[in-house]
Amino acid sequence: METNTLDISLKDRMISLFEDKKDQIFKNDIKPVSALRNEAFEAFTKMGFPHTKMEKWRSTSLEETLAKDYNFRIEGAPRQTNVEKIFECEIPDFDTYMVAQLNGWYVYRKAPLRTLPNGTIVGSLAQAMQEYPELISKHYGKYADYNENGLTALNTAFAQDGIFIYVPDGVEVEKPLQMVNIIDSDENLFIQSRNLVIMGKNSKLTLLQCDDSVHHRYTFLNALTEVYVDENSTLDHYKLQNKDDSSTLINNVYLHQEANSNVTTNAITLNGGLIRNDTHVTLNGRNCTANVYGLYLVDREQHVDNHVFIDHATPDSYSNEQFKGILDDSSSAVFNGHILVRKDSQHTNAYQNNKNILLTDKATVDTQPFLEIYADDVKCSHGATVGQLDQQAMFYIRSRGISKENARMLLMYAFTAEVVNKISIENLRERIDDMVKKRLRGELSICDQCVLHCNHPEKELKFNIDMTKI
Amino acid sequence: MANDDKILEQVTNNEYKYGFYTDIETDKAPKGLNEDIIRMISQKKNEPEWMLEFRLDSYRKWLKMEEPEWAHIYHKPIEYQDIHYYAAPKKKKNPKGLDEVDPELLDTFNKLGISLEEQKRLTGVAVDAVMDSVSVKTTFQDTLQKHGIIFCSFSEAVQNHPELVRKHLGSVVPNNDNYFAALNSAVFTDGSFVYIPKGVRCPVELSTYFRINAANTGQFERTLIVGDEQSYVSYLEGCTAPMRDENQLHAAIVEIVALKDAEVKYSTVQNWYPGNENGEGGIYNFVTKRGLAKGHNSKISWTQVETGSAITWKYPSCVLLGDNSVGEFYSVAVTNNRQQADTGTKMIHIGKNTKSTIISKGISAGYSENSYRGLVKMTKNAHNSRNFSQCDSLLLGDKCGAHTWPYIKAQNTSSVVEHEATTSKISDDQLFYCNQRGIDTENAIGLIVNGYAKEVLNKLPMEFAVEAQKLLSISLEGSVG
Repeated sequence: METNTLDISLKDRMISLFEDKKDQIFKNDIKPVSALRNEAFEAFTKMGFPHTKMEKWRSTSLEETLAKDYNFRIEGAPRQTNVEKIFECEIPDFDTYMVAQLNGWYVYRKAPLRTLPNGTIVGSLAQAMQEYPELISKHYGKYADYNENGLTALNTAFAQDGIFIYVPDGVEVEKPLQMVNIIDSDENLFIQSRNLVIMGKNSKLTLLQCDDSVHHRYTFLNALTEVYVDENSTLDHYKLQNKDDSSTLINNVYLHQEANSNVTTNAITLNGGLIRNDTHVTLNGRNCTANVYGLYLVDREQHVDNHVFIDHATPDSYSNEQFKGILDDSSSAVFNGHILVRKDSQHTNAYQNNKNILLTDKATVDTQPFLEIYADDVKCSHGATVGQLDQQAMFYIRSRGISKENARMLLMYAFTAEVVNKISIENLRERIDDMVKKRLRGELSICDQCVLHCNHPEKELKFNIDMTKI
Repeated sequence: MANDDKILEQVTNNEYKYGFYTDIETDKAPKGLNEDIIRMISQKKNEPEWMLEFRLDSYRKWLKMEEPEWAHIYHKPIEYQDIHYYAAPKKKKNPKGLDEVDPELLDTFNKLGISLEEQKRLTGVAVDAVMDSVSVKTTFQDTLQKHGIIFCSFSEAVQNHPELVRKHLGSVVPNNDNYFAALNSAVFTDGSFVYIPKGVRCPVELSTYFRINAANTGQFERTLIVGDEQSYVSYLEGCTAPMRDENQLHAAIVEIVALKDAEVKYSTVQNWYPGNENGEGGIYNFVTKRGLAKGHNSKISWTQVETGSAITWKYPSCVLLGDNSVGEFYSVAVTNNRQQADTGTKMIHIGKNTKSTIISKGISAGYSENSYRGLVKMTKNAHNSRNFSQCDSLLLGDKCGAHTWPYIKAQNTSSVVEHEATTSKISDDQLFYCNQRGIDTENAIGLIVNGYAKEVLNKLPMEFAVEAQKLLSISLEGSVG
C-alpha cells in the first residue's frame, strides 16, 4: 500500500511521541484505560492515518493537512480559569450548563468535576477516571472500535482529557448541556479530545456541542465522543461547527442505543476548513428511534464530509437520515450514509436522504447513500439529489412580482428550513435560522469572517459563538 | 409459512436445464499463463504483429495489477495458473456451409434451442455461436453483406478488417482498465465483431450465443461493436454453461462505439450455470462492458436480465462524450441459493445536454447476495445534463441480502442528478388480494415479480422478452415467503 512520505513522518512522530511521553500519557489512567491505550497504539502503528485509497476516505484527503507541522500538548492538566473569559455564548436568553475544553484540556471555574442538584455528574474525563473508575471501565472504549479507523485508534491511544457526563437513572436534565471545544493557540496544534456521555435508564438530556477556534493557526482536532443511551432514554444532540478555514476537525461520534431509546442528532456546519463528521449509531434494542440530521452551508475552499453509519442490530427500530447542503465557490461536500440491517432485524424502517444545491461550477458533491440489507421484512429507502433551485418554483415566485434575487433567497431558505426546523430548542433554532438567513444573503463580508479582527485592533480579542462572524 | 418453505425447497431443487456438456474433441493449450501461451494463442489465430504486441502489453500490465477486492462478493482465490487459456472445438477449416460444421456442434446448439440452421432465418435473428471462446458459425451472412454490415467472429475481423479492429480495439476499455480487462486483453480467443456502416439501419437483430463447454477452461471473449454515423443496431447476447463442480472463470469485454447520431442497443440474457444449492460450482462472471457515445446525439442502451452465474461482477457503463448523447441501463438481476451478484452501471457525463436513465431491479432469494453498485458522474462541462436512477430491491426470504451502493459525483451547477431506491418484500396485502381472487400463492408471486420487472423486460427485443420472462419464472418459481 502506498503511503506518502509526509504521512510517514507524522505517523512516525506520533509513534515516537507515544514512546517518549509514555509516563505523561498514562499518568492519570486507570488500568482498563491503559490497556486500551496500548492496544489502540498497536492498531494505529499498523493502520496509520486514513488515506484516499480507503473506500471511506476516497473523497476526503487528509494529505495536505497531515503535512503541516504540528505541536502536541501532552503535558497538561484540567485547569482552573474563568470560562466566561474565553468563551461567550451570544445566543440571547440561552440558559445552559456550560462545560468547556481549551486546546483539548478541560477548563473549569470551581471544580474539575461537579454534581448538579439532580445528581448529574459533569466535568473532566481525566478527573472522572479517578473518582468513578467503575463507570469508566464499564463504558470507556466500548463503543468506539479502534480497529476500524486509524484516527479512532490514535485518539484512544493519546487522548487524556475531555468531557465526562453521567445522567443517573430517571433524571431529566432540564437545561441543555453545552459542551464547548475551543482552540486558542499561537502555534499549530494537533489535539486529541475524548468525551464520554452515559445516560441511565429513563433519563433525558439535551446536549449541544460547539466547536470553535481562534487564531489563524493550523489546528487538527481529532475529537471522539462516545454516548451510551440506556433504555427508555431520550437524547437531543446538536453539533454546531464554526471553525476557521485553516482548521481540520475530525468528529467521531459513537452512539449506542438500548431498547426504546430515542436519539436525535443534528450537525450544523456553518464554517470550517476541513470537517469530517463520522456518526456511528448502533441500535441495540427494540423500538429504538434514531434521527440523524445535518445541514452544511459552505463556501470558498471548505470541505465537509458527513459519514453516517446506522447499524440496525435488532428488530423493530426506526432510523431516519436527512442531510442538506448548499455549496458555493470551490467548496466540496461528501455525504456517505450507510444503513446496515442485520440478519433477523425484521420490521426495520430506515430512511435516508441527501439533497444538495450547487451554486457554482467549481463546487463539487459526492454522495453515496448505501443500503446493506440482510432481512426481508423491512422498509428502507434512500434518495439523493444534486441540482439547482427548482425552476418551476422560481417561475411561480417571479410571476408574482418577486425579484430574482429574492426568489432565489426564498427558495434557498426554504431548502434549509427542513433541517433547521428540526431543532427543538427554540432559542437555538431562532439563532440558527437567523444565521442561515444572513449567510444566504451574503451579508457577511470576507473580512467579517476573519477572526483576527485586524480592522478593529482596539477591540479585545474575544471569541464567541456569534455566528455572524462566519 | 411451512408451505412457503416447501415451495422454496422445490425451487432450490430446480435443475439447470442447460447443464449437459458435449463430448467433443477440443484443442486445448496447456494449463497456465505465460508469454509463451500468449504467443501460442496469437500464432494459432495467425494474428498480425500488432495484435501480439497488444496482448503482451496487456499481460505485462496485468502482472502488475491486483485483483479488485471492493465488490461485495466472496470467493476462494482464483488459481490463474490452473486454467486452460485456450480451448477450441476441433473443426474443419472455415466451414463454408452448415454441412461442413461438425454435427456434434450443431446438435449442441440445437439442444440449447439456438438453431443455426436455415429455418432460424424465419425468426429474423443473425446468430454468431461461440463455444469455449471460439466462434463456431455465424449465420445470415448474405443479407448482412448486402447492407455492408460486418458481423463476424473476432478472429475473422482481425484477418479481414484489421484497420477497423486496430482503430477501435481498446479505445473504450483500455487494456489496463482493470484486472480482468487486462487478463482478457492478453488472452482473449474470440468473440464477435460488428460494424454498421454510415446511415444503415441493421434489418435484423444480431445475436451472439456464448457457450462454455470444456472443463477447466476460462472463457475470454471479446465483443466490439462499432456503429458508424446515423446507424442503428440491436444486439443480443445469450449464454449457458455445463454443470460442473469446479468454478469456471468467464472474463469478457464488450466495447461499443457509437458515432454521431448512431444508436446501439445491447441486450443480454445471462444464464450461466449458477452452481448448485450449496454454492458449489458455477461460473465466475467478471465482465467489463462499456459503451462510448462518441458522437453528438448518439445513444447507447444496455438491457440485462441476469439469472445465471455463481458470481456476477459486471457494470455495463456509458461514457457520454458527445453532446446530447443518451445512455440507458435497464437491469433485472435475480439471485437464488448461494449466488452473488455485484452489478450496476456507470454513467459518465462529459458532453453537454447528455441524459442517462438507470432502472435496476434486484430480486434476491435463498441465501444469495444481490448488490447494485453504480456511479453517476457529472463532469464540469456536462452542462444541462440529466440523470435519473431508480434501484429497487425485492427480498424473497429472510436469509438473503440486498444492497445498494450508489455513488454520485456532481461537478457543475446546471445538471440534475436524482437517485431513488427502495427495498421491500412482497407484502401480505398483495398476496391476499391475489389469493382472494382465486390466484394461488405461487402464481400470485409470479405475477407480482413479473410486474415488478416489467419496466425492464419491456425494453428487451421481442424475441428475447418471451425467453426472459420464462427464465425469470423458472429462476424464482415459488421462492417467495
